[in-house]
Amino acid sequence: MSPVVPEREPAVPGDWELVVGLEVHVELSTATKLFCGCANRFGDAPNTNVCPVCLGLPGSLPVVNAAAVDFSMRLGRALGCEVRGAVFARKNYFYPDMPKDYQISQYDQPTNTDGHLELPDGHTVGIERAHIEEDTGKTTHIGGGGRIHDADYALVDYNRAGVPLVEIVSRPDIRTAEQARAYVRELRAILLAIGVSDARMEEGSMRVDANVSVRPAGSDELRTRCEIKNLSSLRALGRAIVYEAQRHVELWSGGERPRQETRHWDEANGRTTPGRSKEDADDYRYFQDPDLVPLAPATGTIAAIDAALPPLPAARRAELVASGGGAVSTEDAALLVERDQDGLVRAAIAAGADPGVAATRVANDLAVDDWSPVTPEGLAALVSMEISGRLTATQSKQVLAEMADGGGAPDVIAQRRGFQAMAGDDLAAVVDQVIAGNPDAWSRFCAGDEAERKKLAGFLTGQVMRATRGQADGAAVNRLLQERAGS
Amino acid sequence: MTALAIAAAVKSGERTALDVVDEHLARISQRDAEIGAFNLVLADEARTAARNVDAAVSRGEPVGPLAGVPVALKDNLCTRGVPTTCSSRMLEGWRPPYDATVVQRLRSAGAVIVGKTNLDEFAMGSSTENSAFGPTRNPHDTGRVPGGSSGGSAAAVAAGFAPLALGSDTGGSVRQPAALCGVVGFKPTYGAVSRYGLVAFASSLDQIGPMASNVADTAACYEAISGHDPRDSTSIDGAREPVVAGLGQGVDGLRVGLVAELCAASARVQQDDGLDGVSAVEGVAADVIAWVDAAATALEAAGAAVTVVSVPSAVLGLSAYYLIAPAEASSNLARYDGVRYGLRVDAANAAEMNVSSRSSGFGAEVKRRIMLGTYALSAGYYDAFYGKALRVRTLMLREFAAAYADVDVLLCPTAPTTAFELGAKTADPLLMYLNDVCTIPSNLTGHPAVSVPFGSGDDGLPVGVQLMGPALSEPVLLRAAAVLERAAPSDGSAP
Amino acid sequence: MSGRITRDEAAHVARLARLRFSDAELDELAAQLSAVLDHAADVEALDVTDIEPTSHPHPLVNVTRADEVRPSLDWDEVLAQAPSVDDGQFRVPPILGEAP
Ligand SMILES: [Mg+2]
Ligand SMILES: [Zn+2]
Repeated sequence: MSPVVPEREPAVPGDWELVVGLEVHVELSTATKLFCGCANRFGDAPNTNVCPVCLGLPGSLPVVNAAAVDFSMRLGRALGCEVRGAVFARKNYFYPDMPKDYQISQYDQPTNTDGHLELPDGHTVGIERAHIEEDTGKTTHIGGGGRIHDADYALVDYNRAGVPLVEIVSRPDIRTAEQARAYVRELRAILLAIGVSDARMEEGSMRVDANVSVRPAGSDELRTRCEIKNLSSLRALGRAIVYEAQRHVELWSGGERPRQETRHWDEANGRTTPGRSKEDADDYRYFQDPDLVPLAPATGTIAAIDAALPPLPAARRAELVASGGGAVSTEDAALLVERDQDGLVRAAIAAGADPGVAATRVANDLAVDDWSPVTPEGLAALVSMEISGRLTATQSKQVLAEMADGGGAPDVIAQRRGFQAMAGDDLAAVVDQVIAGNPDAWSRFCAGDEAERKKLAGFLTGQVMRATRGQADGAAVNRLLQERAGS
Repeated sequence: MTALAIAAAVKSGERTALDVVDEHLARISQRDAEIGAFNLVLADEARTAARNVDAAVSRGEPVGPLAGVPVALKDNLCTRGVPTTCSSRMLEGWRPPYDATVVQRLRSAGAVIVGKTNLDEFAMGSSTENSAFGPTRNPHDTGRVPGGSSGGSAAAVAAGFAPLALGSDTGGSVRQPAALCGVVGFKPTYGAVSRYGLVAFASSLDQIGPMASNVADTAACYEAISGHDPRDSTSIDGAREPVVAGLGQGVDGLRVGLVAELCAASARVQQDDGLDGVSAVEGVAADVIAWVDAAATALEAAGAAVTVVSVPSAVLGLSAYYLIAPAEASSNLARYDGVRYGLRVDAANAAEMNVSSRSSGFGAEVKRRIMLGTYALSAGYYDAFYGKALRVRTLMLREFAAAYADVDVLLCPTAPTTAFELGAKTADPLLMYLNDVCTIPSNLTGHPAVSVPFGSGDDGLPVGVQLMGPALSEPVLLRAAAVLERAAPSDGSAP
Repeated sequence: MSGRITRDEAAHVARLARLRFSDAELDELAAQLSAVLDHAADVEALDVTDIEPTSHPHPLVNVTRADEVRPSLDWDEVLAQAPSVDDGQFRVPPILGEAP
């Protein structure tokens, strides 16, 4: 019996530990392919972006795309890797989507080794290597319902053949399905930050395979692992890991052992199914590609790459939290950085906004694609209107949405929408009502020292806000309170 | 008429390119049925190209250094829209959508391509008998092989079908057939001539080279086809020294080394006490060695100093080569799978279709080398064979570098024997491989080497002697070759 | 004949290389390949532990090209050479296994 598919953590019972390593293939967003000048473009008519080189025609020769090398080193440095001289090797196997029937990849001397990636929760995942290789073409199985096994024939489109990839291989340091998802999210954030890939899982420009095994908790052995392919979303990644881990625990617990094999994630049925057995040993006959020469980063290349790296997500999160003096939560910081909104919030804080409110307001209520019309000053003004009581939280969200739509300054929007603060005699009447209704607080306000006075002012202002349903201006209420106290 | 004489006559208007081409086409149609040098004669295309040259001349436009010169191309060089078969059923009918870089350069030098020449299938062989389209015969004796794998190109030049031809040389495939056919064959420094458009056999060894009846034409052709090509990552950047201009400068003061291991039977080597007990390659015939000694004497007479030098690893060359070349070939030839071009033999599924297509498309020698190379690279054998062979290569580079510290060029035979009879070595692959024993070292080191006709063997057939030099020593190498050419006996008398 | 390579090994290599041979052919190949490997025993026996391998005769490094789009081939030119074409793509018999 296969276990049911849960989506909960922990994936395995407490006496077991989950061990996951991820292999992520990322298509680099260069203008051209890895070894030829054909456009690296998604979605064109089949076999239109091909030439003698990427079709593997006899006599053609590869020449490395300088940008692909640069992108890969940039990624390596962003992952804290050692970037070294590298050699292209041929991985020999036959498959119709591979024009030369070998893949040019890096084998024993990859560009990037020994890096790490820090997750937002502080957990660190080691990066074994991040190497450059070429993508294959795309095969479509026709007939038999598109299933590979009973198709009538297959069609091959080589537009994707030769597109530059970096394969990022993590160490088996991931312990929960959520960490696996966080790893992919974080990797994606890094890729976007350094501008080397659009990292779209749904378009296949970022493809994730998970190596899953389990072991008794507390042991450090590595047991038989299965490689799950075809994980095309974060949800699938998490579910597949949980499913597979439970399958392993069940097998081990029943005195059996999993077979080392590739498995596929079946999204519809929520389970993994067996693929190719790894036991019929692959013999790729790797050897250095004699058509290409080694890469040897010149002196200063790595330093120049480091100097040009933009602030990375982990650093940006830390900076945002620091600029908020502890008022910005780590969750908000992670989200804001992921959405590239940390700059806006930091600038608003610099312009005087309350850090916690600014962060929360943007994190919760600015989940739109284009928020460019929102300026730091506008955001700061909005936050102070909210804090001072001129706007309720609900109103503040509505104003923010309109600001993102290009509606202008918050006070103008608030006015247009009739979110005016109550002022003048009306407000004075409410203030007097509140004073009358809270004699105890009022007398302590009048007699208290500065700290006491401030505290009670907050309470009394809050009462006024409640009475006016947020339509009062906090500063005006404060002024009235001071007047009434005769100071 | 030599290539350079033709170019001069065409440029001056003394002869038309069309006339020249017609004359060569006539010779081809007269005698190629007997020789079998060509897989394909491009009569119409050649006449059109010749007319274009003539038109340019008559308009007073500049024409290239090879204006109107007929050139034969080995049929593993890609020609746009023109079948390029590698003498294999696998590629029968394949028309490349592009020209090889050397083809482009020949065209812009004004040369006229007259046809595609026969070869051992995918350049794997030393006799041009491994062709899917039948063997080429030696014009000096049609019962004999022309050598290989560029046997068609060598025979075409020897038979006067074209004053110039291009071959490819992976283990001696330009030099050995040149020697057997009595023409000049030159393998330039690896990287001096772009490989783009040369159908790969063994990428780290393959180099395109010219063949001609004389050294000056060879040099002129080399100048036309060499130079950096951004489409070949292994192409050497930077300016190349001209070779034609210095050909007449002689060899006064040149230091020449006779390679002991490749010339064990040489009188000079045997007289050299210091070299007792060098392990020598087997099978070099006495009549061939006698001409190598005679060539040394001729160089001395021209002012060179000849010594005997030892390059011990030279004897390992053959073994290293027959591990490295098949290994690279096994990978290079994987692409012939029936999917995108070339032969397809259908089957129930894609993998079986690959197997059927490859099994019917490739000949026995190609399959043998694919098997050998696949084995040498496969898990468990890589270190013992391929990995070791790469280290032998290092050893050879070191030892040749040491030799070139003492001498400027090295001298040895090109081929161990004169042309052998058709069928004589087809039953024993290893016996056939031994033909390359003297030419292979230059491929493993990437150094230039040239074969110059020098005398005739006991059977009256041409003998070639080989000059080798360090990387980019083309000018001195061809200068020495020109001295040998002038000193060679024209009547084939014994040394 | 030396028995360096058995028929079974030859058959395994043939599978890797996608070639088909009869048993008789496999035996002959095994013998011929064994003979070549016997000849290569001089290389096999060599102590070369402290010698670096040379994959390439010239020590070139960092040969790259600029990331500039060049024209691709004409569609017709691509497909005209194909043994079987369908819907602008290369058609092949059903592919049974997945890519490794
Ligand atoms: Mg990979
Ligand atoms: Zn391309």
